[in-house]
Amino acid sequence: MEIPYTVSARPDTGLWNAKLGIWLFLASEVMLFGGLFSAYIFLRIGSEPGYWPLGVLNVPVGTLNTFVLIASSVTVVLAWVALKVRNFFQYKLFMGITILCGILFLVVKLTYEYPQKFHHYGVFIKKDALGKYDAFLGNNHRREKGLEPRVEITGKLYQESDEYLKIKVDAPFTDPTNHKYDFPPLFPHKVTDTVVKIDRADIQHHGVFAPKHSPYFATYFCITGLHGLHVLGGVIVFLYLWLPCGASLYKTNPEHLANRVEVAGLFWHFVDLVWIFVFPLFYLL
Amino acid sequence: MSSTHDTAQHSPYKAGDAILQHSRPYFIVGGILFVFTVLTVAISYVHFGSHAANIAIGLAVASFKAACVAAIFMHLNHEKRLIYVVLFFTVIFAVACVYLTWKSFADPIPGTQHFVR
Repeated sequence: MEIPYTVSARPDTGLWNAKLGIWLFLASEVMLFGGLFSAYIFLRIGSEPGYWPLGVLNVPVGTLNTFVLIASSVTVVLAWVALKVRNFFQYKLFMGITILCGILFLVVKLTYEYPQKFHHYGVFIKKDALGKYDAFLGNNHRREKGLEPRVEITGKLYQESDEYLKIKVDAPFTDPTNHKYDFPPLFPHKVTDTVVKIDRADIQHHGVFAPKHSPYFATYFCITGLHGLHVLGGVIVFLYLWLPCGASLYKTNPEHLANRVEVAGLFWHFVDLVWIFVFPLFYLL
Repeated sequence: MSSTHDTAQHSPYKAGDAILQHSRPYFIVGGILFVFTVLTVAISYVHFGSHAANIAIGLAVASFKAACVAAIFMHLNHEKRLIYVVLFFTVIFAVACVYLTWKSFADPIPGTQHFVR
Protein backbone atom coordinates (compact mmCIF):
# COMPACT_ATOMS: atom_id res chain seq x y z
CA MET A 1 0.00 0.00 0.00
CA GLU A 2 1.34 3.39 -0.93
CA ILE A 3 1.37 6.03 1.78
CA PRO A 4 -0.40 9.14 0.45
CA TYR A 5 0.98 12.68 0.32
CA THR A 6 4.63 11.84 0.99
CA VAL A 7 5.72 14.26 -1.72
CA SER A 8 2.77 16.28 -2.97
CA ALA A 9 0.71 18.51 -0.71
CA ARG A 10 -2.66 17.50 0.71
CA PRO A 11 -5.26 19.84 -0.77
CA ASP A 12 -6.86 20.70 2.58
CA THR A 13 -3.67 21.38 4.60
CA GLY A 14 -1.42 22.57 1.81
CA LEU A 15 1.35 20.40 3.28
CA TRP A 16 2.69 16.92 2.67
CA ASN A 17 1.71 14.75 5.62
CA ALA A 18 5.06 14.24 7.32
CA LYS A 19 5.68 17.99 7.37
CA LEU A 20 2.50 18.62 9.36
CA GLY A 21 3.26 15.57 11.49
CA ILE A 22 6.72 16.74 12.51
CA TRP A 23 5.45 20.23 13.40
CA LEU A 24 2.74 18.75 15.61
CA PHE A 25 5.40 16.57 17.23
CA LEU A 26 7.67 19.59 17.73
CA ALA A 27 4.72 21.42 19.33
CA SER A 28 4.51 18.61 21.91
CA GLU A 29 8.29 18.85 22.37
CA VAL A 30 7.99 22.56 23.12
CA MET A 31 5.56 21.66 25.89
CA LEU A 32 7.88 18.92 27.22
CA PHE A 33 10.95 21.15 27.42
CA GLY A 34 8.77 24.14 28.35
CA GLY A 35 7.63 22.30 31.47
CA LEU A 36 11.21 21.47 32.42
CA PHE A 37 12.45 25.01 31.81
CA SER A 38 9.49 26.22 33.85
CA ALA A 39 10.69 23.97 36.71
CA TYR A 40 14.21 25.38 36.28
CA ILE A 41 12.95 28.98 36.46
CA PHE A 42 10.94 28.46 39.63
CA LEU A 43 13.57 26.35 41.40
CA ARG A 44 16.14 29.00 40.64
CA ILE A 45 13.91 31.90 41.72
CA GLY A 46 13.05 29.98 44.89
CA SER A 47 16.63 29.15 45.87
CA GLU A 48 18.21 31.11 48.69
CA PRO A 49 21.28 33.28 47.96
CA GLY A 50 24.38 31.10 47.56
CA TYR A 51 22.47 27.84 47.09
CA TRP A 52 22.37 27.98 43.26
CA PRO A 53 25.86 26.88 42.12
CA LEU A 54 27.61 29.10 39.58
CA GLY A 55 30.75 28.32 37.60
CA VAL A 56 30.76 24.57 38.24
CA LEU A 57 30.59 23.54 34.58
CA ASN A 58 33.39 23.66 32.03
CA VAL A 59 32.56 26.67 29.81
CA PRO A 60 35.11 26.00 27.00
CA VAL A 61 33.87 22.41 26.66
CA GLY A 62 30.25 23.60 26.63
CA THR A 63 31.17 26.19 23.99
CA LEU A 64 32.86 23.48 21.91
CA ASN A 65 29.71 21.36 22.08
CA THR A 66 27.64 24.39 21.05
CA PHE A 67 29.89 24.88 18.00
CA VAL A 68 29.52 21.18 17.16
CA LEU A 69 25.72 21.40 17.23
CA ILE A 70 25.67 24.62 15.16
CA ALA A 71 27.99 23.02 12.59
CA SER A 72 25.72 19.98 12.42
CA SER A 73 22.68 22.22 11.88
CA VAL A 74 24.44 23.77 8.87
CA THR A 75 25.53 20.42 7.42
CA VAL A 76 22.11 18.80 7.78
CA VAL A 77 20.47 21.60 5.83
CA LEU A 78 23.24 21.32 3.21
CA ALA A 79 22.49 17.59 2.97
CA TRP A 80 18.87 18.49 2.26
CA VAL A 81 19.89 21.05 -0.40
CA ALA A 82 22.15 18.40 -1.98
CA LEU A 83 19.14 16.08 -2.35
CA LYS A 84 17.00 18.88 -3.78
CA VAL A 85 19.59 19.45 -6.53
CA ARG A 86 20.00 15.66 -6.88
CA ASN A 87 23.63 15.42 -5.82
CA PHE A 88 23.70 12.16 -3.88
CA PHE A 89 27.45 12.17 -3.26
CA GLN A 90 27.31 15.52 -1.47
CA TYR A 91 24.23 14.40 0.43
CA LYS A 92 26.20 11.43 1.78
CA LEU A 93 29.10 13.71 2.64
CA PHE A 94 27.10 16.34 4.55
CA MET A 95 24.88 13.79 6.27
CA GLY A 96 28.00 11.85 7.29
CA ILE A 97 29.47 15.01 8.85
CA THR A 98 26.16 15.65 10.67
CA ILE A 99 26.21 12.14 12.13
CA LEU A 100 29.82 12.56 13.27
CA CYS A 101 28.96 15.89 14.93
CA GLY A 102 26.06 14.26 16.81
CA ILE A 103 28.28 11.43 17.98
CA LEU A 104 31.03 13.87 19.02
CA PHE A 105 28.52 15.86 21.08
CA LEU A 106 27.41 12.72 22.93
CA VAL A 107 30.96 11.47 23.45
CA VAL A 108 32.00 14.77 25.04
CA LYS A 109 28.93 14.74 27.27
CA LEU A 110 29.11 11.12 28.37
CA THR A 111 32.84 10.52 28.61
CA TYR A 112 34.04 13.88 29.89
CA GLU A 113 31.39 16.23 31.27
CA TYR A 114 29.15 13.85 33.23
CA PRO A 115 31.98 11.69 34.73
CA GLN A 116 33.76 14.84 35.94
CA LYS A 117 30.67 15.79 37.92
CA PHE A 118 30.36 12.35 39.49
CA HIS A 119 33.91 12.69 40.90
CA HIS A 120 33.47 16.16 42.36
CA TYR A 121 32.24 16.52 45.92
CA GLY A 122 30.26 19.22 47.68
CA VAL A 123 29.54 19.77 51.38
CA PHE A 124 26.78 22.22 52.33
CA ILE A 125 27.46 23.81 55.70
CA LYS A 126 24.65 24.48 58.18
CA LYS A 127 23.79 28.17 58.35
CA ASP A 128 24.71 28.51 62.03
CA ALA A 129 28.14 26.92 61.37
CA LEU A 130 29.14 29.06 58.38
CA GLY A 131 31.20 31.43 60.59
CA LYS A 132 33.31 28.51 61.84
CA TYR A 133 34.56 27.89 58.29
CA ASP A 134 34.91 31.51 57.21
CA ALA A 135 38.68 31.09 56.71
CA PHE A 136 37.75 28.88 53.75
CA LEU A 137 34.45 30.48 52.70
CA GLY A 138 35.42 34.15 52.95
CA ASN A 139 31.86 35.29 53.56
CA ASN A 140 32.80 38.44 55.49
CA HIS A 141 34.73 39.59 52.43
CA ARG A 142 31.86 38.63 50.12
CA ARG A 143 29.30 40.44 52.28
CA GLU A 144 31.39 43.63 52.12
CA LYS A 145 31.52 43.36 48.32
CA GLY A 146 27.77 42.66 48.02
CA LEU A 147 28.33 39.12 46.70
CA GLU A 148 26.22 36.08 47.47
CA PRO A 149 27.58 33.98 50.36
CA ARG A 150 29.41 30.69 49.90
CA VAL A 151 27.49 27.95 51.70
CA GLU A 152 29.24 24.91 50.22
CA ILE A 153 32.82 23.65 50.30
CA THR A 154 33.70 21.73 47.13
CA GLY A 155 36.59 19.54 45.99
CA LYS A 156 37.45 15.84 46.23
CA LEU A 157 36.42 13.62 49.11
CA TYR A 158 39.70 12.69 50.82
CA GLN A 159 38.66 10.89 53.99
CA GLU A 160 35.52 10.30 56.01
CA SER A 161 34.61 8.98 59.42
CA ASP A 162 31.56 9.03 61.70
CA GLU A 163 32.66 12.41 63.10
CA TYR A 164 34.01 14.30 60.12
CA LEU A 165 34.67 14.57 56.38
CA LYS A 166 38.00 15.64 54.94
CA ILE A 167 37.91 17.38 51.58
CA LYS A 168 40.74 18.31 49.24
CA VAL A 169 39.28 21.66 48.35
CA ASP A 170 38.98 23.61 45.10
CA ALA A 171 41.32 26.58 44.69
CA PRO A 172 38.90 29.36 45.86
CA PHE A 173 38.72 27.84 49.36
CA THR A 174 42.48 28.18 49.84
CA ASP A 175 42.39 31.94 49.24
CA PRO A 176 38.70 32.91 49.55
CA THR A 177 39.20 36.68 49.67
CA ASN A 178 41.22 36.78 46.44
CA HIS A 179 39.36 38.99 43.92
CA LYS A 180 39.89 36.49 41.10
CA TYR A 181 37.56 34.09 42.88
CA ASP A 182 34.74 36.61 43.31
CA PHE A 183 33.01 35.63 40.06
CA PRO A 184 32.52 32.31 38.20
CA PRO A 185 35.60 31.18 36.26
CA LEU A 186 35.98 30.43 32.53
CA PHE A 187 37.83 27.19 33.27
CA PRO A 188 36.77 25.09 36.29
CA HIS A 189 38.81 25.60 39.45
CA LYS A 190 41.54 23.05 40.10
CA VAL A 191 41.46 20.81 43.15
CA THR A 192 44.32 21.65 45.50
CA ASP A 193 46.18 19.55 48.08
CA THR A 194 44.77 21.67 50.90
CA VAL A 195 42.62 19.46 53.12
CA VAL A 196 39.70 20.92 55.09
CA LYS A 197 38.19 18.94 57.94
CA ILE A 198 34.44 19.44 58.35
CA ASP A 199 32.59 18.11 61.39
CA ARG A 200 29.50 16.08 60.50
CA ALA A 201 27.55 18.10 63.08
CA ASP A 202 28.13 21.18 60.89
CA ILE A 203 26.99 19.55 57.64
CA GLN A 204 23.57 20.23 56.17
CA HIS A 205 24.03 17.67 53.38
CA HIS A 206 26.85 16.39 51.19
CA GLY A 207 27.56 14.30 48.11
CA VAL A 208 28.97 14.19 44.59
CA PHE A 209 27.65 16.50 41.88
CA ALA A 210 24.79 14.11 41.05
CA PRO A 211 21.09 15.01 40.62
CA LYS A 212 20.40 14.74 44.37
CA HIS A 213 23.16 17.25 45.15
CA SER A 214 20.93 20.28 44.53
CA PRO A 215 18.00 21.56 42.43
CA TYR A 216 20.66 22.93 40.05
CA PHE A 217 22.14 19.52 39.27
CA ALA A 218 18.69 17.87 39.33
CA THR A 219 17.52 20.17 36.53
CA TYR A 220 20.93 20.07 34.79
CA PHE A 221 20.98 16.28 34.49
CA CYS A 222 17.26 16.08 33.71
CA ILE A 223 17.31 18.64 30.88
CA THR A 224 20.73 17.79 29.41
CA GLY A 225 19.96 14.05 29.75
CA LEU A 226 16.68 14.42 27.89
CA HIS A 227 18.40 16.63 25.33
CA GLY A 228 21.13 14.00 24.92
CA LEU A 229 18.47 11.34 24.27
CA HIS A 230 17.09 13.59 21.53
CA VAL A 231 20.57 13.89 20.00
CA LEU A 232 20.88 10.10 20.10
CA GLY A 233 17.45 9.70 18.46
CA GLY A 234 18.43 12.17 15.74
CA VAL A 235 21.70 10.34 15.06
CA ILE A 236 19.86 7.00 14.74
CA VAL A 237 17.38 8.48 12.24
CA PHE A 238 20.19 10.12 10.26
CA LEU A 239 22.08 6.82 10.17
CA TYR A 240 18.98 5.09 8.80
CA LEU A 241 18.68 7.72 6.05
CA TRP A 242 22.42 7.59 5.34
CA LEU A 243 22.80 3.81 5.09
CA PRO A 244 21.71 1.79 1.99
CA CYS A 245 18.01 2.34 2.80
CA GLY A 246 18.55 5.98 1.83
CA ALA A 247 20.29 5.02 -1.41
CA SER A 248 17.48 2.71 -2.48
CA LEU A 249 14.83 5.35 -1.79
CA TYR A 250 16.91 7.90 -3.70
CA LYS A 251 16.85 5.63 -6.76
CA THR A 252 13.06 5.18 -6.71
CA ASN A 253 11.92 8.59 -5.40
CA PRO A 254 14.58 11.19 -4.59
CA GLU A 255 12.05 13.85 -3.57
CA HIS A 256 10.62 11.49 -0.95
CA LEU A 257 14.11 11.05 0.53
CA ALA A 258 14.60 14.84 0.46
CA ASN A 259 11.34 15.26 2.40
CA ARG A 260 12.38 12.63 4.95
CA VAL A 261 15.69 14.44 5.44
CA GLU A 262 13.83 17.74 5.81
CA VAL A 263 11.61 16.28 8.53
CA ALA A 264 14.57 14.74 10.37
CA GLY A 265 16.42 18.04 9.90
CA LEU A 266 13.55 20.01 11.47
CA PHE A 267 13.81 17.75 14.52
CA TRP A 268 17.58 18.28 14.59
CA HIS A 269 17.23 22.07 14.41
CA PHE A 270 14.80 21.91 17.33
CA VAL A 271 17.40 19.97 19.33
CA ASP A 272 19.92 22.69 18.45
CA LEU A 273 17.40 25.36 19.45
CA VAL A 274 16.92 23.79 22.90
CA TRP A 275 20.70 23.71 23.41
CA ILE A 276 20.90 27.42 22.54
CA PHE A 277 18.99 28.07 25.80
CA VAL A 278 20.51 25.22 27.85
CA PHE A 279 24.06 26.45 27.28
CA PRO A 280 23.78 29.98 28.74
CA LEU A 281 21.30 29.00 31.49
CA PHE A 282 23.44 26.22 32.97
CA TYR A 283 26.99 27.13 31.94
CA LEU A 284 27.09 30.91 32.02
CA LEU A 285 24.34 32.73 33.90
CA MET B 1 -2.70 9.97 -3.91
CA SER B 2 0.80 11.22 -4.58
CA SER B 3 2.69 10.09 -7.61
CA THR B 4 6.03 8.52 -6.88
CA HIS B 5 8.04 11.06 -8.86
CA ASP B 6 6.02 14.12 -8.10
CA THR B 7 8.17 17.20 -7.43
CA ALA B 8 7.22 20.66 -6.32
CA GLN B 9 6.43 22.56 -9.47
CA HIS B 10 7.45 25.95 -8.14
CA SER B 11 10.58 24.72 -6.39
CA PRO B 12 13.63 26.96 -6.86
CA TYR B 13 15.78 23.82 -6.80
CA LYS B 14 16.66 22.25 -10.15
CA ALA B 15 18.53 19.00 -10.63
CA GLY B 16 22.16 19.75 -11.38
CA ASP B 17 22.26 23.14 -9.61
CA ALA B 18 25.39 23.82 -7.56
CA ILE B 19 24.74 23.41 -3.82
CA LEU B 20 26.46 26.72 -3.08
CA GLN B 21 23.89 28.46 -5.27
CA HIS B 22 21.20 27.66 -2.67
CA SER B 23 23.11 27.48 0.59
CA ARG B 24 24.36 31.05 1.07
CA PRO B 25 21.74 31.95 3.76
CA TYR B 26 22.62 28.82 5.73
CA PHE B 27 26.33 29.69 5.80
CA ILE B 28 25.51 33.26 6.86
CA VAL B 29 23.24 32.10 9.70
CA GLY B 30 25.80 29.48 10.74
CA GLY B 31 28.42 32.26 10.94
CA ILE B 32 26.05 34.47 12.94
CA LEU B 33 25.41 31.62 15.39
CA PHE B 34 29.15 31.02 15.87
CA VAL B 35 29.82 34.74 16.47
CA PHE B 36 26.89 35.16 18.85
CA THR B 37 27.92 32.06 20.81
CA VAL B 38 31.30 33.68 21.43
CA LEU B 39 29.47 36.91 22.30
CA THR B 40 27.23 35.07 24.79
CA VAL B 41 30.28 33.67 26.57
CA ALA B 42 32.10 37.03 26.52
CA ILE B 43 29.24 39.13 27.92
CA SER B 44 28.55 36.63 30.68
CA TYR B 45 31.89 37.75 32.17
CA VAL B 46 30.92 41.44 32.00
CA HIS B 47 29.05 42.70 35.05
CA PHE B 48 25.98 44.70 33.95
CA GLY B 49 25.10 45.99 37.41
CA SER B 50 23.13 43.01 38.66
CA HIS B 51 22.95 39.29 38.04
CA ALA B 52 19.37 39.71 36.80
CA ALA B 53 20.61 42.13 34.11
CA ASN B 54 23.23 39.61 33.00
CA ILE B 55 20.56 36.89 32.76
CA ALA B 56 18.24 39.17 30.76
CA ILE B 57 20.99 40.13 28.29
CA GLY B 58 22.21 36.53 27.96
CA LEU B 59 18.68 35.30 27.25
CA ALA B 60 18.10 38.12 24.74
CA VAL B 61 21.15 36.96 22.75
CA ALA B 62 19.99 33.32 23.02
CA SER B 63 16.52 34.33 21.78
CA PHE B 64 18.04 36.07 18.77
CA LYS B 65 20.06 32.93 17.95
CA ALA B 66 16.95 30.77 18.35
CA ALA B 67 15.00 33.10 16.04
CA CYS B 68 17.74 32.74 13.38
CA VAL B 69 17.56 28.93 13.60
CA ALA B 70 13.75 28.93 13.43
CA ALA B 71 13.48 31.45 10.59
CA ILE B 72 16.24 30.20 8.27
CA PHE B 73 17.18 26.62 9.16
CA MET B 74 13.57 25.61 9.92
CA HIS B 75 12.21 27.76 7.08
CA LEU B 76 9.67 29.53 9.28
CA ASN B 77 10.28 32.72 7.31
CA HIS B 78 8.20 31.23 4.48
CA GLU B 79 5.97 28.43 5.73
CA LYS B 80 2.37 27.45 5.11
CA ARG B 81 -0.34 29.10 7.22
CA LEU B 82 -1.27 25.91 9.08
CA ILE B 83 2.24 25.64 10.57
CA TYR B 84 1.90 29.15 12.04
CA VAL B 85 -1.52 28.23 13.46
CA VAL B 86 0.00 25.17 15.16
CA LEU B 87 2.86 27.28 16.54
CA PHE B 88 0.48 29.99 17.75
CA PHE B 89 -1.36 27.49 19.95
CA THR B 90 1.96 25.98 21.05
CA VAL B 91 3.09 29.36 22.34
CA ILE B 92 -0.25 29.91 24.10
CA PHE B 93 0.00 26.55 25.90
CA ALA B 94 3.70 27.01 26.75
CA VAL B 95 3.01 30.43 28.31
CA ALA B 96 0.05 28.93 30.19
CA CYS B 97 2.34 26.19 31.52
CA VAL B 98 4.71 28.76 33.05
CA TYR B 99 1.84 31.00 34.19
CA LEU B 100 0.04 28.17 36.01
CA THR B 101 3.26 27.14 37.75
CA TRP B 102 3.72 30.73 38.86
CA LYS B 103 0.12 30.92 40.08
CA SER B 104 0.66 27.78 42.17
CA PHE B 105 2.96 29.85 44.41
CA ALA B 106 -0.08 31.91 45.39
CA ASP B 107 -2.08 28.81 46.35
CA PRO B 108 0.31 26.39 48.12
CA ILE B 109 -0.84 23.11 49.61
CA PRO B 110 -0.93 23.29 53.45
CA GLY B 111 1.72 21.18 55.12
CA THR B 112 4.19 21.30 52.23
CA GLN B 113 7.60 22.92 52.30
CA HIS B 114 6.44 25.90 50.24
CA PHE B 115 3.43 26.64 52.40
CA VAL B 116 4.39 29.93 54.03
CA ARG B 117 1.62 31.86 55.81
